[in-house]
Amino acid sequence: MKKSYNIEVDCAACANKMEAAACKTEGVKACTVNFMMQKMIVEFEDGADRDSVMKNVRSNCRKVERDAEVFI
Amino acid sequence: MNRKQRIMLIRIVLSALLMIILNFIPAEGALRFILYLIPYLIVGYDILLKAARGIINGQVFDECFLMATATVGAIALAIYEKSGDYTEAIAVMLFYQIGEFFQSYAVGKSRRNITQLMDIRPDYANVEKDGKLVKTDPDDVETGSIIIVQPGEKVPIDGIVAEGESSLNTSALTGESLPREVRSGDEIISGSINMTGVLKVRTTKEFGESTVSKIIDLVENASSRKSKSEDFISKFARIYTPAVCLGALALALLPPVVRIIIGMAPAWESWIYRALTFLVISCPCALVISIPLSFFAGIGGASNQGVLVKGSNYLETLSKTKIVVFDKTGTLTQGVFEVDAIHHSTMENEKLIEYAALAESASSHPISKSLQKAYGKEIDRTRVSEIEEISGNGVKATVDGHLVACGNEKLMASLGVKAIPCHSAGTIIHVAIDGEYRGHIVISDIIKPHAAEAIKELRKSGINKTIMLTGDREKAAAKVAQTLKVDDYYAELLPSDKVDKVEELLRKKSEKEKLAFVGDGINDAPVLSRADIGIAMGAMGSDAAIEAADVVLMDDDPLKIAKAIKISRKCLKIVYENIIFAIGIKAICLLLGALGIASMWLAIFADVGVMIIAVLNAIRALFVKKL
Repeated sequence: MKKSYNIEVDCAACANKMEAAACKTEGVKACTVNFMMQKMIVEFEDGADRDSVMKNVRSNCRKVERDAEVFI
Repeated sequence: MNRKQRIMLIRIVLSALLMIILNFIPAEGALRFILYLIPYLIVGYDILLKAARGIINGQVFDECFLMATATVGAIALAIYEKSGDYTEAIAVMLFYQIGEFFQSYAVGKSRRNITQLMDIRPDYANVEKDGKLVKTDPDDVETGSIIIVQPGEKVPIDGIVAEGESSLNTSALTGESLPREVRSGDEIISGSINMTGVLKVRTTKEFGESTVSKIIDLVENASSRKSKSEDFISKFARIYTPAVCLGALALALLPPVVRIIIGMAPAWESWIYRALTFLVISCPCALVISIPLSFFAGIGGASNQGVLVKGSNYLETLSKTKIVVFDKTGTLTQGVFEVDAIHHSTMENEKLIEYAALAESASSHPISKSLQKAYGKEIDRTRVSEIEEISGNGVKATVDGHLVACGNEKLMASLGVKAIPCHSAGTIIHVAIDGEYRGHIVISDIIKPHAAEAIKELRKSGINKTIMLTGDREKAAAKVAQTLKVDDYYAELLPSDKVDKVEELLRKKSEKEKLAFVGDGINDAPVLSRADIGIAMGAMGSDAAIEAADVVLMDDDPLKIAKAIKISRKCLKIVYENIIFAIGIKAICLLLGALGIASMWLAIFADVGVMIIAVLNAIRALFVKKL
């Protein structure tokens, strides 16, 4: 199950960090952050609850980049 | 400019003004320090906060931390040395913020420009309700509804023209500037712009399934498939920053210690200063931003030309293409058969065609269609009776009371008619009327107008080898190959043979040379996915092609293949330029900084300057029209 979310992030290096942080979140199988389109494409593990996983993704992203925003 | 950017700009200007004013105020000691702290905090408070948070969250090597350390270190040094020279530290912070500001502004602006370029998204669909036009969200229009497209509007959903005549501008989809004429009964594709007349369109798809949605989706997601260069840069950035920081630490500690050991004065200040200079250069931003931006611009520019590249990685592979393999039909030739010549006819040519067209009138085979087209008049079915199709050989029928037989030599032989063999390439239709040989018609697939030029362009753009594959007869293939001057051809291949052939070619070539396969996407999906890079052409409205290929050419002009390769080469050249330029300048600055030649001023100028130049260079990838 793949889903694309809009994000807001200022710098490309931060986007890379967000990508790494999101990938490490439990329930996320794979993740790419597209800095230019300001999008995050998340592939979820089977049976993962998308909303709660995304909340964790957002908080993990904020840990590496305080200004980051993920629109769930 | 958004709110965030405006606030940043105000902070930058305010702090710069304060700096100038402070220059004329002869404050000393603690007062001087406090006064100078004001502009420093105005411009850099968020960096300091972020740095503190980074440390709490264990993100030590982020750029905020580096800038904070460098500037706080420089201020501390100024206090320790009692020089009162705080300007340098504040300037570093100021320029760093100017760089960030520029980056965010430029990237935002180019993002908007590029997405505008690709903006084919229709905002609404006109649906007629009680005699009035209602603007509806295209998502809400059901399949089979009638929508109205007025002149100047975009066709929102794929459909068939139910009423009206107009010309459509498809340039946003195909890059082709010639308008396309449509009338009632024609299929039209969403994303094209209605130019002259009002069209009533019966939709055949939902909005989400329409061509325009598919294309938007594809282009928007294209830059999510990252290229090797991007991966390299993210990995490099991950190592670069910690490495430079460790370098800075070593520079601050080792030389003074060594100097103490060999009995010299340690000169701590000088070495710490050099170490702080290191930290200023340690930010990898120029690199990290310019590479995805280049790819994004390249993909955007290409899509504006009717070349859809499905990912940065494919753009990269495309640029390394050295061998191009073509499927003949539909790629180099139009896949439409046409009457080429009539030989040995014992009656008027038109008459012969007329008989053949009438006899074949019941068949839907492309060959019979080409005969009907050559005949050019309405077929009067009442003149034809007793049609008998002999599969694989031809047709027998009674036309105007005459027994007409059209087909190959085998059919003629079965009727006891002696056919005159033909030396031309193409499909030969022998015609016998009432058991008497009347001549033969040569039908061949016509070569696309730009095919020969396209092969020439490919060779000019550095393709080593062009190969043509076809299921056609050897003779027909040889003729096309010769006319187009392709290097090599393989004829009489079944679809599965094509896969084998491409695999054989893949085995033979070296790893560095990439092989591209160009097909029309209709029945060559396995080959498209097997090749290093699959290019489907003439893909307007063909879902299968969009699905299977890595690069999709929206119209069927073979010249676009060379264009796509040129676009990719330009983009990758810019990517490499940026990588070498940014890493090179940083390496030089690090060296000069270590030797004590480069001051912090030079370091921050180099850092911000490199970033600005790299971003501007990246945007060049967008301009591909004249390639």
